[in-house]
Amino acid sequence: MNMRESLLSAIDSLRANKLRAVLTMLGVIIGVTAVIALLSIGNGVRSSINSEISAIGTNLIMISTNTRNSDGYATLSLSDVGALSDPLRAPDVEQIAASVQTSAAVTAGSNSARPSIMGVTANYFMINNLDEFEAGDGLTQTDIDTRARVAVLGLGLAGDLFPDSYPVGQVVKIAGTSYEVVGVLTASGGGFSNTDDSLYVPISTAQNRLSNSRTRSGERAVSSIIATSASAERNTAALEQIAEVLRQEHHIVYADDDDFSLISQTDLLDTFNQITGMLTAFLGAIAGISLVVGGIGIMNIMLVSVTERTREIGIRKAVGALRRDILTQFLIESIVLSLTGGLIGIFLGWLISWGAGNLIGLSAPLDVMTVLMAVGFAVGVGIVFGLYPAWRAAGLRPIEALRYE
Amino acid sequence: MIRMRNITKTFHMGETEVHALRGLDLDIGDGEFVAIMGPSGSGKSTLMNILGCLDIPTSGEYLLGGEDVSSLTDDEQARIRNRRIGFVFQQFNLLPRTPALKQVALPLMYAGYDRTDRMDRAAEALKRVGLGDRMHHKPDELSGGQQQRVAIARAIATAPTIILADEPTGALDTVTGDEILDIFQELHAQGNTVIVITHDPDVAARTNRTIWIRDGLVVEHRSPDNGSMSS
Repeated sequence: MNMRESLLSAIDSLRANKLRAVLTMLGVIIGVTAVIALLSIGNGVRSSINSEISAIGTNLIMISTNTRNSDGYATLSLSDVGALSDPLRAPDVEQIAASVQTSAAVTAGSNSARPSIMGVTANYFMINNLDEFEAGDGLTQTDIDTRARVAVLGLGLAGDLFPDSYPVGQVVKIAGTSYEVVGVLTASGGGFSNTDDSLYVPISTAQNRLSNSRTRSGERAVSSIIATSASAERNTAALEQIAEVLRQEHHIVYADDDDFSLISQTDLLDTFNQITGMLTAFLGAIAGISLVVGGIGIMNIMLVSVTERTREIGIRKAVGALRRDILTQFLIESIVLSLTGGLIGIFLGWLISWGAGNLIGLSAPLDVMTVLMAVGFAVGVGIVFGLYPAWRAAGLRPIEALRYE
Repeated sequence: MIRMRNITKTFHMGETEVHALRGLDLDIGDGEFVAIMGPSGSGKSTLMNILGCLDIPTSGEYLLGGEDVSSLTDDEQARIRNRRIGFVFQQFNLLPRTPALKQVALPLMYAGYDRTDRMDRAAEALKRVGLGDRMHHKPDELSGGQQQRVAIARAIATAPTIILADEPTGALDTVTGDEILDIFQELHAQGNTVIVITHDPDVAARTNRTIWIRDGLVVEHRSPDNGSMSS
């Protein structure tokens, strides 16, 4: 008995009992739908957040004060930045930027706001992917060197302070002192800090005029240092070099802990991926349980079907069907059931993840692996749960099967 | 040619043993038209199962066309049934919802004929039983006599050595039954070996030889042409 005949006869016998076939498939349909929808949405969420993080740069390393080991002082200063810029001491560090964060009242004419004020180095914008400007430009090295009283505004802040006029070239007052607006950032895509409502001034200006924070030894402090490694592969090496340089600079002895902390973007990404991956797998496993339940449904109906068709099996055997022929016939029937259910489930799952993706505004694409896995799982369910009924059918003795009423 | 020697069949019903056949000898030549008769409980059905390779004897020798078929596995028996034996049952035993052509093609499918070949042969067999115009009818669209003709077509499709009919007219009225027996007679005339198991003397009278079974043994051979008896 060839495959084509088995397939046709399987479809025939399922068509003869349409309602039953659909009800039987329902278990597999629901299981596969749930697996597909959950995995797709899970992957969609993950890839959307991943791309957001990656947009900032995967080779970013953030250095900040470790408040547990600093006795309340800030520990980082511009001399640390200088030391880390030395290619002999930290060869895998490519770029390095620093910022001083503070807050003050800002006014422009009758409009006022209290934004987060960042004193930054000139390359800060580029490292943070903030180097696109709605108007004007960023800060220059000359601005830094001369402690220029110039400011770059986030787009939202610019709208608050200059609702009706072009901001570049105008003057804002920060803590009573006048600054010239030289640039406005484009809308940011989110990220860790809200750049839309921030104001940026040269780090030297901020240290002199806006922030009093000092390190234990009296140097003017910086809030954080951002470094990039030459590539994502050099991240680990760069992290080690930074730690080594900072420990030397801060005269930390062997027994003492770091007074700074390092976070790399890849660490963050890894941790995040681990959590979402586990979550997705967990949800998928729960959905997988319903697939198993669906499989039991198939086994149940196939056993009923074998009993109902005992006479048919007897006839087939009487005219020469081998055990293998009967086994194949019933196995194919249960695979057709589960595979059809699986395909419907993939379609429904795709529909749900597409709908849900639209609803929460992310793309939840059906990836090939998930589909293959679902199809494989469905066929597997058909085989595993169809094998016993098929084996029972194949083992029927023709005399008894023919006598069966 | 069928040759049975000292065939026994014992069933175990719990503690008790039932001896359905007790050392039966039987010879049926090629091209014979034979009836096997006997009261219920005589071992008639058991004999039919063993003759048809649906069951194997407990002991004894059964040669079918010179081949020893007395101890075969399930699948070997299935192959013998497929190629050597055509069954016709009292209750027709057709597959539900299946058109006549596919019913008849079923043994050909298990015999491994390709699709066009088996459809040709099935159509040929249906024409031989006079159902050339009913090939695509399903069992519930056919009369009892027509259903039995489909069953006969199925039995002769693989050109078997013997055609084994178990009460083939039992579910039919007399006229239809006669028509079915006419077909058997015709098959016999064409050189087929036909064995009819029956309890109806009128059916047996249409055959060339009647074999009586009682208590698991052949008790009598009777040929209507010369009226002679042997035991």
